Amino acid sequence: MVEESTASVQPAAAGETASGSVAAELVDLAGVPVMFFRGDEILFPPRERYLAVVAALKGAGFVMCSDLCAVDYLTHMARPLPEGLTGERFEIVVNLLSHSRRRYVRLRVQVPAGDAVVPTLFYLYPGTENMEREVYDLFGVVFSDHPDMTRILMPQDWEGHPLRKDYGVGRVPVQFKESPGPR
Amino acid sequence: MNDETEPVSAAASWIPGSTGERAHDRGAGAGEGAVAVHDDGEAVDGDDGGVELEKLFEAETSEGDQELHLVGETDEMELLIERGAVLRLPEDAAPAVDSGADGGAADAHFGDGETMIINLGPQHPSTHGVLRVMLELQGETVLRSKPVVGYLHTGMEKTAEELTYVQGATNVTRMDYLSPLNNELAWSLAVEKLLGVELPPRATWIRMLMSELNRISSHVMWAATNGMDLASTTMMIFGFREREMVLSFFEKTTGLRMNHNYIRPGGVAADLPDGWEDDVSVIVDTIAGRLDEYDELLTGQPIFRERTEGIGVIGPDLALAMSATGPILRAAGVAWDLRKSMPYLAYEEVDFDVIVGTVGDTFDRYAVRLNEVRESIRIVRQVVERMPSGDYKAQDKKVTPPPRARIDESMEALIHHFKLYTRGFEPPEGEVYASIESPRGELGCYIVSNGSNKPYRMHWRGPSFVNLQSVPALLRGSLLADAIAILSSVDPVLGEVDR
Repeated sequence: MVEESTASVQPAAAGETASGSVAAELVDLAGVPVMFFRGDEILFPPRERYLAVVAALKGAGFVMCSDLCAVDYLTHMARPLPEGLTGERFEIVVNLLSHSRRRYVRLRVQVPAGDAVVPTLFYLYPGTENMEREVYDLFGVVFSDHPDMTRILMPQDWEGHPLRKDYGVGRVPVQFKESPGPR
Repeated sequence: MNDETEPVSAAASWIPGSTGERAHDRGAGAGEGAVAVHDDGEAVDGDDGGVELEKLFEAETSEGDQELHLVGETDEMELLIERGAVLRLPEDAAPAVDSGADGGAADAHFGDGETMIINLGPQHPSTHGVLRVMLELQGETVLRSKPVVGYLHTGMEKTAEELTYVQGATNVTRMDYLSPLNNELAWSLAVEKLLGVELPPRATWIRMLMSELNRISSHVMWAATNGMDLASTTMMIFGFREREMVLSFFEKTTGLRMNHNYIRPGGVAADLPDGWEDDVSVIVDTIAGRLDEYDELLTGQPIFRERTEGIGVIGPDLALAMSATGPILRAAGVAWDLRKSMPYLAYEEVDFDVIVGTVGDTFDRYAVRLNEVRESIRIVRQVVERMPSGDYKAQDKKVTPPPRARIDESMEALIHHFKLYTRGFEPPEGEVYASIESPRGELGCYIVSNGSNKPYRMHWRGPSFVNLQSVPALLRGSLLADAIAILSSVDPVLGEVDR
């Protein structure tokens, strides 16, 4: 990563490019915009094709799901995105790893706030179980067909999803069972 | 009724506790009792008595026959022996239990023969922090298990959104408190990837040195706690002793033993102290010698091997499916080490091997870690030999502070210094994922920037959090006593799990 960039602080090359996509050579990515940023390959599958694209990538050698997280873009809706793609409030970000190619590929799935439901990857990658529970816990995005869609880090009776941008930071009192409650 | 009470009294006659014998007589008493029971069952001739006894003792000392089975699967005589064990209670408690000799009350103490859910932790020394594991047991065998986490959750990812990029390193360093420098490294690499800053070679090599020393301290610390879990308290003292040497060097270099904030975006906070080559050489030479002591103490020791070999086996396919990384994955035979496979820093310029196991059991995970310490020592020695000279941080005034002396001379330097520590720098819009090989596996940092001086979102891919998912697979079918060894071999750091 150090070798790739020479200028000390260079402007973002977001939104550019298309060629050189490794994923596009392996699987059919028709209708899936591809973007490169700092050498990372980023795919933007629509939610309906999310499972199919991940399954195809898994078949093409991306045998491990390294990471799965979410971003709440509530206060930053005008982020750089590929042409023709409408940004939604939530994004599910998945990093898949191919050991044979020594390469990551990143998927960013747009999830509207009004219908924050995404199919689970559990049946493709059982290792996403905890990660999806974490996303549900902290963002309130539901993964359909997940075997155990419960909170994992916050207490079971917690209200709200703390990593959402509209969640009050520093709101007092902190919710605990014995606390007097909001005033 | 009489038929049932008679064996009880017969058993009671040779069970020491019931006849008021002292606790230290129990071993001998129980042994004799076992023989006596057998003699009752079938007459033993003088001729083949030795063979019978041998067989008997073999069965008695093997793991299988010592296990507590379900009531339905246990024969009457065994139940009586177990009932005898119940009778070895304090004398005032014993009658209450014994009163069930006439029927069901005593049997309640044997359970109803179904599975049982028990709770391990969150306050238990072997859970290494506040990890709680729910276990479903059949007899002593673990069927299902579920790690319950979140007790240390302090919302550090949310905190990161309120801190500038300069301050962020102080936040992440507290997550995996056994390898703080690796946390800072992942953070710094992600921020630098976002910025596109190029580092001078010396900064890269200092980072590599510190990262490897941290790996050594983390692994010997693991060996220490693992020894403690397996009742080798000597190992615990040994491990902490070695770790202390490394921490002393960290203190000399960074000013702090833990949570250093030493590796920062743009380089490192300070150059290495004078004479660091000697310090580091002494540390790695000493630890290299002490590793051989570990081998003597544990690796070849029959009890340790019995407790770890074949326990908690996970295969490569399952490990990959579970997204397990680090020693768990390598012990399963997958030669995947980000330092080798997708080199960062200057790892492609140094010579080291990736250690893999063959079976994927607890012993393999032990062996992988121990040998990784040896590889780290190899790397550290090469770094000592080949450390380049030059700057220890990038000379980019927007990212790294000017030297202290410049502030007195130059107005511009003062402004840069002030700007950096009040407002910080503003990376371009975008999002990056940077990953490194921490002692526990793939440590990833995902940062979304909206062009301001604070990350819009920071996500931490903690290897401990992800590796914990393998625990149910590792525990299934093992004994409860082995669960402790298995949990220890996963090496979760709960500060990183809960963040």
